[in-house]
Amino acid sequence: MLVKKRSGSANGPHILSTLSAAVGGAIDRRTFLRRSGIAAGGAALAAALPVGAVRQAQAAGPAAPAGKIEMRKTVCTHCSVGCTVEAEVVNGVWVGQEPGYDSPFNLGAHCAKGASVREHAHGERRLKHPMKLEGGKWKKISWDEAVNEVGDRLLKIREANGPDSVFWLGSAKHNNEQAYLIRKFAALWGTNNIDHQARICHSTTVAGVANTWGYGAMTNSYNDIHNSKLIFLIGGNPAEAHPVAMQHMLHAKEKTKAKFIVADPRFTRTAARADEYMRFRPGTDVALIWGILWHVLDNGWEDKEYIRRRVYGFEDIRAEVAKWTPEEVERVTGVPGAQVKRVAQLMASNKPGTLIWCMGGTQHSNGNNNTRAYCILQLALGNMGVSGGGTNIFRGHDNVQGATDFGVVADSLPGYYGLAEGSWKHWARVWGLDYDYLLSRFHSKEMMEATGIPVSRWIDGVLEPAENLEQPESLKGMVFWGHAPNSQTRLPEMKQAMEKLDTLVIIDPYPTVASVLSDRTDGVYLLPAATQFETYGSATASNRSLQWREKVIEPLFESLPDHVIMYKFAKKFGFADELVKNIQVNGEEPVIEDITREFNKGMWTIGYTGQSPERLKEHMKYQHTFDKTTLRAVGGPLDGEYYGLPWPCWGTPEMRHTGSANLYDTSIPVAQGGMGFRARFGVERNGTNLLAEDSWPVGSEIEDGYPEFTMAMLKKLGWDKDLTDDERKAIEAVGGDSANWKTDLSGGIQRVAIAHGCAPYGNAKARTVVWTFPDPVPLHREPLYTPRRDLVADYPTYEDKTFWRVPTMYASIQKNDFSKDFPLILTSGRLVEYEGGGDETRSNPWLAELQQDMFAEVNPYDANNAGIRNGADLWLHGPNGGKVLVKALVTERVGRGVVFMPFHFGGVFQGKSLRDKYPQGADPIVLGESSNTAQTYGYDSVTQMQETKATLCRIEAA
Amino acid sequence: MGKMVFLCDGDRCIECNACVTACKNENEVPWGINRRRVVTLDDGTPGEKSLSVACMHCSDAPCVNVCPTNVIYHTNDGVVLHNKDGCIGCGYCFYACPFGAPQYPQEGNFGSRGKMDKCTFCNGGPEETFSQAEYTKYGRNRLAEGKLPLCAEMCSTKALLAGDANEVSDIYRQRVVERGFDSGAYGFSQSFGQQQKL
Repeated sequence: MLVKKRSGSANGPHILSTLSAAVGGAIDRRTFLRRSGIAAGGAALAAALPVGAVRQAQAAGPAAPAGKIEMRKTVCTHCSVGCTVEAEVVNGVWVGQEPGYDSPFNLGAHCAKGASVREHAHGERRLKHPMKLEGGKWKKISWDEAVNEVGDRLLKIREANGPDSVFWLGSAKHNNEQAYLIRKFAALWGTNNIDHQARICHSTTVAGVANTWGYGAMTNSYNDIHNSKLIFLIGGNPAEAHPVAMQHMLHAKEKTKAKFIVADPRFTRTAARADEYMRFRPGTDVALIWGILWHVLDNGWEDKEYIRRRVYGFEDIRAEVAKWTPEEVERVTGVPGAQVKRVAQLMASNKPGTLIWCMGGTQHSNGNNNTRAYCILQLALGNMGVSGGGTNIFRGHDNVQGATDFGVVADSLPGYYGLAEGSWKHWARVWGLDYDYLLSRFHSKEMMEATGIPVSRWIDGVLEPAENLEQPESLKGMVFWGHAPNSQTRLPEMKQAMEKLDTLVIIDPYPTVASVLSDRTDGVYLLPAATQFETYGSATASNRSLQWREKVIEPLFESLPDHVIMYKFAKKFGFADELVKNIQVNGEEPVIEDITREFNKGMWTIGYTGQSPERLKEHMKYQHTFDKTTLRAVGGPLDGEYYGLPWPCWGTPEMRHTGSANLYDTSIPVAQGGMGFRARFGVERNGTNLLAEDSWPVGSEIEDGYPEFTMAMLKKLGWDKDLTDDERKAIEAVGGDSANWKTDLSGGIQRVAIAHGCAPYGNAKARTVVWTFPDPVPLHREPLYTPRRDLVADYPTYEDKTFWRVPTMYASIQKNDFSKDFPLILTSGRLVEYEGGGDETRSNPWLAELQQDMFAEVNPYDANNAGIRNGADLWLHGPNGGKVLVKALVTERVGRGVVFMPFHFGGVFQGKSLRDKYPQGADPIVLGESSNTAQTYGYDSVTQMQETKATLCRIEAA
Repeated sequence: MGKMVFLCDGDRCIECNACVTACKNENEVPWGINRRRVVTLDDGTPGEKSLSVACMHCSDAPCVNVCPTNVIYHTNDGVVLHNKDGCIGCGYCFYACPFGAPQYPQEGNFGSRGKMDKCTFCNGGPEETFSQAEYTKYGRNRLAEGKLPLCAEMCSTKALLAGDANEVSDIYRQRVVERGFDSGAYGFSQSFGQQQKL
C-alpha cells in the first residue's frame, strides 16, 4: 500500500554515477554544483561563463528509442538576436533542446519562442503537401504537378502581360544563400517586383541611416551595450520582441549603472524595467528628439569638436531645432518640458550612450525623418563610432538583415548596388552571364533600372488600373514566399486584390492567412517549404554577424528547402543553367556553400566577401573562445577575429579580415574593424567639404578625409605597385582606372587600401542634411490620420506623388478630418509569444496556449466612455472601413486616447472565423482578427513603409 | 548532498515566458498543464513586477504533509517528487500548496481531475531513471544527466536561477553587491518607496 519513497534512491545515485561516466570520474559533486550555479546564473554573464565541464550524459533522451544522440548547432529562426539552438537528434528525430551556453549572443538563454522551437519535431499543423484550390476545395497534388501548373500559369502571365506582372515576395526567413538566390531568380525572371519584410519593418531605418553615414544597419551590437552608460530606447519593446537582448541591457543597467530611458506611447514591459519612462503621442518622434536636442544645444552640451571633424550640415539642424522650444514640444508630443530637460541632461552627462529603436520609430509616413533624427542626436552627442554608443537598431527577423543585404528588395541588387546599368554589369560578371541576356529578360532597359513595387503596395499594383502604374501592366500573379499577408495593412482591400489576381501562390511551411483571406475558389497553390531547421546555411543577426546553421532534421512531410524550390521553378522557366552557373547542384539542391562562395565574390560594398563557409563554420565551432562583450576571440585559432565576422569583413577570405564589431570606430585600425564614415555622397557640397577633417582610423597613412578608393586613386598614391599581377589583371578587366573598391572582383583595391590603414569606402563626414530626400532636414509631420487637427496647418504631410510605380496619397487624405468619427489613436506591436504574422507560432501549442485571444489594449478612461468592460468583446473600426472583433484589455499600459493591438493574429476576418477554409489539419491552433484589417493607408515618403504606428480608430462594445 | 532551490530575480524577470515553454518542451507537458507560470503584479503600471513561479520544493512541504496516500516525497537533493501511480487526484495538495503548484490534467470522464502533475525540478519521478515510463509520467530527468532544470537554463535574462542553494545565493549576493543600494537591489524600492532613481 505504501508507495512513498522518502530516500530518493530512485535518483540520488544516478546523478553521481552519470556524471563520473560523462567526464571520466574527474568531476566531484562540488564541481557539478559550481556548474549548476554558473549555468543558472547570469551574474557570471560576462565573466566566468561557461565552464562546460559537465558533458552530455550518454544515456540521456528517455523519449528517444535506442540510438546515439547527435548534437546539432543552429540558430533560432524568430528575432534577430541570433540565439544559438543546441538540438539533440536521435535517429533523425529532434528529441531535445539544450541551452547554447557557448554563444556570445544568448549565453544559453531563450525567450518563449526560442525555448519552444523543438515543436518542429511534431509539426502537426504544418502544410504537408503541395495543394491547389479547385472549386473551393483544397486538393492534394504532387510537386511535379504543382511546379508545372504554377509554372505554366506564371509563364502565361509573363507572355501576355510582361515579367513585371508577377510579384515575387521573398522572405526574411530565407537564409543568406536563399535570399541571394531569390534575388538572382527574380532578375532572371525579369522583374524588380521583389521585396520582403524589411519594407514594412526597417526600410526607413536602412534608407535614413545609410544616407546619414553610409551603412543602414545596427552600428554596434547587443553585446556592446554592456559598455553603455546610458540606453535611450524609443519605439521598441525588447522585453517582448527581443527578450534575450534585455539580458545585455539589464547587464549594462546593473553592472555599468547605465541609465535606462524608454520613450514610447505604451508603458511596455520594457518600460517597466527602465529608470525613466517618457510617454509621448504616437507619430511625434521628430518633435521629441528635437526637443531633447534643443536642450543639448541650448546648454552647449553638444560635442563641438566631434561635429567639426565628422559631421556635415549641422548648422541646418540648429536652425530647425531652435523652433522646438519646450513649450512647442509639449504641445506636439505631450511630454512635460521638465522631463525632456531631465532626459537631455542625462544623455549629455552619461556617455557613451546608445540609442535603440524599432518599429515604433520606423512605421510612419515620415519614418525616414524619425530615423535620421535619432542619428543626428547621437552625432550631436559624439556617441557614434564608439564602443557603448551607436545606433543599435534591433532588426525583427532572424535574417531580415541578411535578406536586406542580399537585395530581396525592389530597389536594389545584392549588396545595395542599386539597379543602374553599372550595377547590373557588376552582377552579370559575378554570375558569369551576359549583360545583354539579363536585359533580354526584362520588358525594357527602363523597367530593368526602375525600382519595383514594394510589398506594402502590391495590392495597389493589382487594384490600380494599369495606366496609373509606372509599369506596363498591373500585377496578375502573386507569389508569397515566406511572408504573412496579415503583417501588411488594408486587409479588406488585400482581399479584393487577391480575388482579382490570376494566380496566387503561397510557398511556406504553414498555409498562412494568404490561403484563407480571399473568397477565391480556384487558382491558389500551396507549396510546403522547409524551415531553416530543415536546411542549412548562413544567417545574419542584427549586429551584422553571420552564423552558420546546421541542418537539424530532414524536411518534414513533403516540404522542400527554398533553394530547391527555386531550382525547380528555374528549370521550369528555362533559366536553371543561368541560376546555378557557378553552383554545383546535388540532385535538385544547389549546394549552399557554393552559393556563399559566389556571393563572397560580389558583395564588396558591404564586405560580405571575407565570410567563406569554412570561416563561418569555424566560428560556430569555436564560439566559446569569443569574449562576451567585445565579441573578439581571445586566443585560440580565431584570435582577434570578431564573432560571426560582422560585415564589413573586407577583402577575400584569405585576407582574414577580422570583421567589424562597431561601425565608424576610428580608435582601431581598419584591418581590425575600424573605419570612419563612408564617403558616399561626393567630396563636397556647395563648397563645403564632405570628407572628414582631422579624423581618421588609427594607423591610416592618409591622415585626413579621403574619397572612396578607385584604381586611379591607388595610382595617384603610388600604392598600385602593391597589387599582384592577378589583381591587376582583374582590375583591368573591369575598366582599369575607373575600377573601384566595389567593382574590383579580385579584392586587390580593398586589400591595398587596408594595408595602408585606409577604409576602402573612404573617410567622410556623416551628413545630417540628406539633400536627396523630401525633407533634407528631418521635419515633424503629422500622421495622415491625426487626431490633432490643430497641428495640421503647422506640420502638414507631403503632397501626393507617384513613386515606386504606384500613386501615393498624402495631403489628399490628411485634409479630411477623420478624428470626429475615429477619435482614438491606433497603434500596434508585438507579443513575446508570437512572431510576424504568427502562423508558425500560433500553430505551436506551447506558445499558443499562452496567448489564446486577440485583444486590444484600451485605457480605462476610453473604455468607460465607450461602455466597454475588461475582457468583453469590442468592435474596433478603422477609417478605411475595416473593423475587427476583439477582446478588450482595459489597462493603463496605454495612455488616454490610444488603443494598441498586437499584429500576429489572423484567420478571423471582420468577426467571421475562417478556420474551415484552411487545408484540413493545417489550421493554426489560435486564430484571431488581424490588426491590419483595421489599419489604414499611409506610406513613408522615401521607402513606402506602412504607417501602422499612428492611425485612428473607434471602439464600440460588441 | 545539494539542496536544490529556485530563485526568481524580480529585477530581471521580463515575463517572456521562456521558462514556461522550456518546461513544456523538455517534459512534453500537455495543453492545459502549466508546471511553471509567470505571475505579473501591477501589470501595465509603474512598479510592474514579474516572477516565475512553480513548485518551490519546500523543505517542510505542506503537500507532503497532507497527501492522504503518502505519494509525495523528498529526494536527497531536496526535490519534492510524487508517485503518480498512487495519486488519487483528490486535490488536497493543491489546497495545501502556498504557490498553486499542483496541476490536474482533466483527463477523465465527467471532467475528473486526473492525477496531480507538477514541477519535478527536471528530476523525473520514482520510475526507473531514464526509462520511458519515467519520461511519459514525469518528464525528463535532467538532474540525473548532470543538468539543471531547463526553465532556468534557458531564462532569457538569467532571472530564474536553479541549483544548489549555496550556489544560487552566491550568485544572487553577487548581483546585489553589483547593483548597490541605489541601483535596484531587490526590495529596496519596495521598502523605501523609491520610484524615481534618477
